[in-house]
Amino acid sequence: MLFTIFAILTVAGAVAAMSLRNLIHSVLALTLAFAGLAAVYLQLGAQFIGLAQILVYVGAVAILIVFAILLTRDAGASPQSIVSSSWIESGTVALVIFCVLAWAIHHSAASRPAVLPQPEASMQQIGNVLMLRFALPLEIVGVLLTVALIGAVTLAMHEKQEKQ
Amino acid sequence: MTPLSSCLLLSALLFAIGLAGALMRRNAILMLIGIELMLNAANLNFIAFWRYGPNPEVLTGMMFVIFSIGVAAAEAAVGLALIILLHRHTKTTDIDEVNAMRG
Repeated sequence: MLFTIFAILTVAGAVAAMSLRNLIHSVLALTLAFAGLAAVYLQLGAQFIGLAQILVYVGAVAILIVFAILLTRDAGASPQSIVSSSWIESGTVALVIFCVLAWAIHHSAASRPAVLPQPEASMQQIGNVLMLRFALPLEIVGVLLTVALIGAVTLAMHEKQEKQ
Repeated sequence: MTPLSSCLLLSALLFAIGLAGALMRRNAILMLIGIELMLNAANLNFIAFWRYGPNPEVLTGMMFVIFSIGVAAAEAAVGLALIILLHRHTKTTDIDEVNAMRG
């Protein structure tokens, strides 16, 4: 029951984010979708992922997108249409992909009932796995984030240095 | 409908909405938002299979989601920097009008 409420909230947020005309409203709806997804994670028993989702997506990514919108705002000239010229083909592709996925889920082993106990994922377990078995991927993600940070700053700074 | 298949259906729906948005909208920032939604749909799949699959105690699905969130954050930062650069060059974020490799 709780899952249904969160799922409806998430889907409504996603649809609103993709269909609203005003970009700022769109980001607000996107935040709603991310928060609903975090609630779904919490409800599935993944506390750490749910809280990380709130911190990273609802906090950081949403703010980043708002900043990008404010920095790239056009001078009043609103476009005549919000959808691109090939929207019929694009919509058809998305619809067909959803139908195929739904058909596959309906016919797979996932729709056979199986009762499983709620798995445990304490902070201590996550820390142990992260530091022992997944230590190398963790370091690589750290390097990737550093490179992405430097790359983003370099990309955004480039033009200004040329002008001076 | 079992809990696992309802999670997977929610994820498929989110993916389709994200794909439709990424392909249909004219604004480059909304295209990026659509890609973020698709990544989140994939994360939901990992969590659902971790929760309802066999051997949840090894936490593989959860670890995959942690790394996926890290990679998605890097992607968002670089993508938005590219969009800001594009706006500076062409004075627009309309992807229908950006059709030159060298401007």
